[in-house]
Amino acid sequence: MTITADALAAAPSREPARHSTTTRVIIYGLLIIFAIVYLMPLVVMVMTSLKPLDEITGGNMFYFPHDLTFAPWKKAWGTACVGLTCGGIKGYVWNSVKMVVPAVLISTLLGALNGYVLTKWRFPGHKLVFGMMLFACFIPFQSVLIPMATILGKLGAFGRTLTDATGFSWGFGNPTVNLVLVHVVYGLGFTTLFFRNYYETFPTELVKAAQIDGASFFQIFRRILLPNSAPIFIVTVIYQFTNIWNDFLFGSTFAAGDSSPMTVALYNIVNTSTGVIEYNVNMAAAIIAAAPTLLVYILAGRYFVRGLMAGAVKG
Amino acid sequence: MATLEISGLRKRFGSLEILKGIDISLEKGGFLVLVGPSGCGKSTLLNTIAGLESISSGEVRIGGQIVNDLHPSKRDIAMVFQSYALYPNMSVAENIAFGMEMRGVPKAEREKAVAAVAKTLQIEHLLSRRPSQLSGGQRQRVAMGRALVRQPRVFLFDEPLSNLDAKLRVDMRVEIKRLHQQTGTTIVYVTHDQIEAMTLATKIAVLKDGELQQVGTPYEIYNSPSNLFVADFMGSPAMNLLEARVTGVNGARRVVLERNDHPPILLPVPANADATKLADGAKVIFGIRPEAVNDKESVDRNAKSVATFDAKVEIVEPAGSDTFVVTHAAGKELTARMRADSQVRVGESHTFAFNLDKAVLFDPETSRRI
Amino acid sequence: MTTAIDPIVAYAVRGPRPGLKERFRDWLPRLVLAPSFALVLFFVYGFNLWTLLLSFTNSKAFTSFHFIGWANYAKLWNWTFQTDPPSNWYTALVNMVLFGGLYVIFCLVLGLALAILLDQKIRGEGILRPIYLYPLALSFIVTGTAWKLFLDPRIGLERAVHDLGWTSFHFDWVVNPQMMIYCVAIAGVWQTSGFVMAMFLAALRGIDGEILKAAQIDGASAYATYRRIVIPIMRPVFMSALIILTHMAIKSYDLVLSVTGKNPGGAAELPSTFMYSYTFTRNQMAVGSASAIIMLMTIAAIMVPYLYSELREKR
Repeated sequence: MTITADALAAAPSREPARHSTTTRVIIYGLLIIFAIVYLMPLVVMVMTSLKPLDEITGGNMFYFPHDLTFAPWKKAWGTACVGLTCGGIKGYVWNSVKMVVPAVLISTLLGALNGYVLTKWRFPGHKLVFGMMLFACFIPFQSVLIPMATILGKLGAFGRTLTDATGFSWGFGNPTVNLVLVHVVYGLGFTTLFFRNYYETFPTELVKAAQIDGASFFQIFRRILLPNSAPIFIVTVIYQFTNIWNDFLFGSTFAAGDSSPMTVALYNIVNTSTGVIEYNVNMAAAIIAAAPTLLVYILAGRYFVRGLMAGAVKG
Repeated sequence: MATLEISGLRKRFGSLEILKGIDISLEKGGFLVLVGPSGCGKSTLLNTIAGLESISSGEVRIGGQIVNDLHPSKRDIAMVFQSYALYPNMSVAENIAFGMEMRGVPKAEREKAVAAVAKTLQIEHLLSRRPSQLSGGQRQRVAMGRALVRQPRVFLFDEPLSNLDAKLRVDMRVEIKRLHQQTGTTIVYVTHDQIEAMTLATKIAVLKDGELQQVGTPYEIYNSPSNLFVADFMGSPAMNLLEARVTGVNGARRVVLERNDHPPILLPVPANADATKLADGAKVIFGIRPEAVNDKESVDRNAKSVATFDAKVEIVEPAGSDTFVVTHAAGKELTARMRADSQVRVGESHTFAFNLDKAVLFDPETSRRI
Repeated sequence: MTTAIDPIVAYAVRGPRPGLKERFRDWLPRLVLAPSFALVLFFVYGFNLWTLLLSFTNSKAFTSFHFIGWANYAKLWNWTFQTDPPSNWYTALVNMVLFGGLYVIFCLVLGLALAILLDQKIRGEGILRPIYLYPLALSFIVTGTAWKLFLDPRIGLERAVHDLGWTSFHFDWVVNPQMMIYCVAIAGVWQTSGFVMAMFLAALRGIDGEILKAAQIDGASAYATYRRIVIPIMRPVFMSALIILTHMAIKSYDLVLSVTGKNPGGAAELPSTFMYSYTFTRNQMAVGSASAIIMLMTIAAIMVPYLYSELREKR
């Protein structure tokens, strides 16, 4: 059974329902109650981040801030303690950015090429290849942590030899580079899936016509498929961005310390139990962490949903 | 007492009026076809009869009873949909029996009714299958079975043949006609295909933009269209509609068709036109169907009024059973239907004959027939 | 619909003799796909094999290749039944069932309920739907942080309800080791139910409107229509959602860490945290590997039949 996110978006132009007024009151009532429940944690987070500490410990989380203050935000950004260093979260945000941008771009581009090959240049065994790449989307990452740590360790050692020999490490052993590698590899399955499904419905006649005109493999990709791939690019980029930005497991395992991504830094800020828990600073840090993906969601929600659907319905 | 009576039915959706005052009545056992172009409101009209959509004003009576406020399941109707609308998770037998189940009919009775209907429609061997395992024609029959088993007062069909391929469509059309003749049920049928309308109906209602253009028997609709739209919509190939002028006074009235490079065609006023409405110099539209334009030898022997003229043949289309010949008059193409073995050649001049018994005149201002 | 390079066209375009250049062109698509496929083969399948191998060794803090057969699995097997006092593995399994079960069931129920409500042709769907969906854009760390605050007895929910007057209200689950896992479930359902709702809503909207009209004419009440027709039609979507949710539950790691802080006493242990702690903290790499393999096998048992059936029916 196929589901399209556009079926989700297109409200049917049927007549307004002929429910009785009591039924409609119940329906709207329930929907609004749920909406409040869904919004509450976020609202509480925001309000808490704007309160001085005594208001939080002394007061009720639902109360509006009495002495509204942006100090927690400033602290979270610049001076909060992440583990042993107290330089705020800003450096870690930059770490995340350094890691996310290449990872998203590389995995998306590779996914596009893979999807192109799998749909327009079929070869015997293509279904098996696709199936194997698809299954790779679903493995629990726990089953690859140990080998990955080993390999990254070896790459780090190689990087040190290179540094000794040439003065540069050429990226080997750099935690950010490691994370990019990890996220590209484990994101390939999804990006290939998205593009493959999209190109599946792309008219093959266009490709054949271009072949007859003498276009090469890459020319067809560049001149015919890519220009028409904007929607799926957006979907894939958003999906990858959200997943990679929000990742914690890989970040905490392979990039601990100063090169941590921001999710790991957030976790450390919240769970560093040195004396008084500064709830407001924690919440401010959390909102900073959530802001990029939330912003993307607000601006491009439709593509976000399409990405979810594409990831949910296979084949 | 008519089985179905619609009076003054109007339907508004917001500020848009979709149905603008419909009056139709259908006697028991009749086959009413609602026909018209896309968006004319015929499906909406059917839905209001079914009770699936509400009406803004007017009345719908079934069997004399006002049903405006009755739930669809209480109106004693059954409906066959364009996409068949079979419940995919139920077997054919369960599909047919579902309505009875909802009405609380006991199991034994339901099974008997299903078996009887399956026999009539010859789908007994399909009873335990799922809709996804059936072909288009089989699904259509199951949909009809679901409607038949209800034994309603009125059957409603919403473009049931549109999803079938051409050959199957013709076969199913014949089946529906046979079913109607055997069971004598009252049917309201929606289609955009005017051939279906002509072949199936005892009464046709032509709709355009929510307004009734004409209601009548197929013969009336075809031969006495009440306005330009009906004349053009019904019949394939379409009726020739040519701009003309009236000249002369009482007794010597003529209809004139101008032509380039040729002398104009002068015709006597067709007998069925109301001559009193024709002033000297009035503009009219002259309508004649291709089968009434022939050559001198093939024109209908019983025709009382025939006019001949010479014209240059521009296109010849041999269609197997006929040959369509196209020429020019009054600035437009004029299509004639000739015998299949006609010896007409392109570029030659040929003598054409109008059977004026079948000609009609229209007022270009009002579009109505004169 | 699609074919590989049409050999006749290729012949006509390129001329009669396939030289080296032509054969390269034929293999180019496969060459383009190869790197990605190789990466997946190595980093996914290769690594899984590696972990599998490790699980048969006696690796402790470092990799050893001294094979000890099934001993690690036997250890886990014994721990499964060590209930008094409960071994970490037993706790992990129990929590997996509890958390997983609650998470899946409540996501499905809530998602279905919201989808049905939203499908009633109500106004304001454009506002409500994003509200139910936005938690998906958040990192699990952010979600956990927010809910840890929200459910905190001193400054969160319990306190707020006390302030409203109901002073005997007691809700210290988030700090109570026995009840922590339920808080993880609550946070998880909050985050993911929107996604399930989106899937179900798309499916509902995909149902042919004429079927619903036929049901109306057949006299089915709204309840009967949903129960006998709509929900059975949606069975494939149920299966998809069930499988995706189960797979997400098994992989849960970030969420449980952030809701429970540093997992005091291991009461909220899950297989994912068990694997991590035994591998990286307790220096029992082999046991950790064995637990990872068990996670992998469980997911494979669910996903492989599902993926196979999805891929098969398409062609």
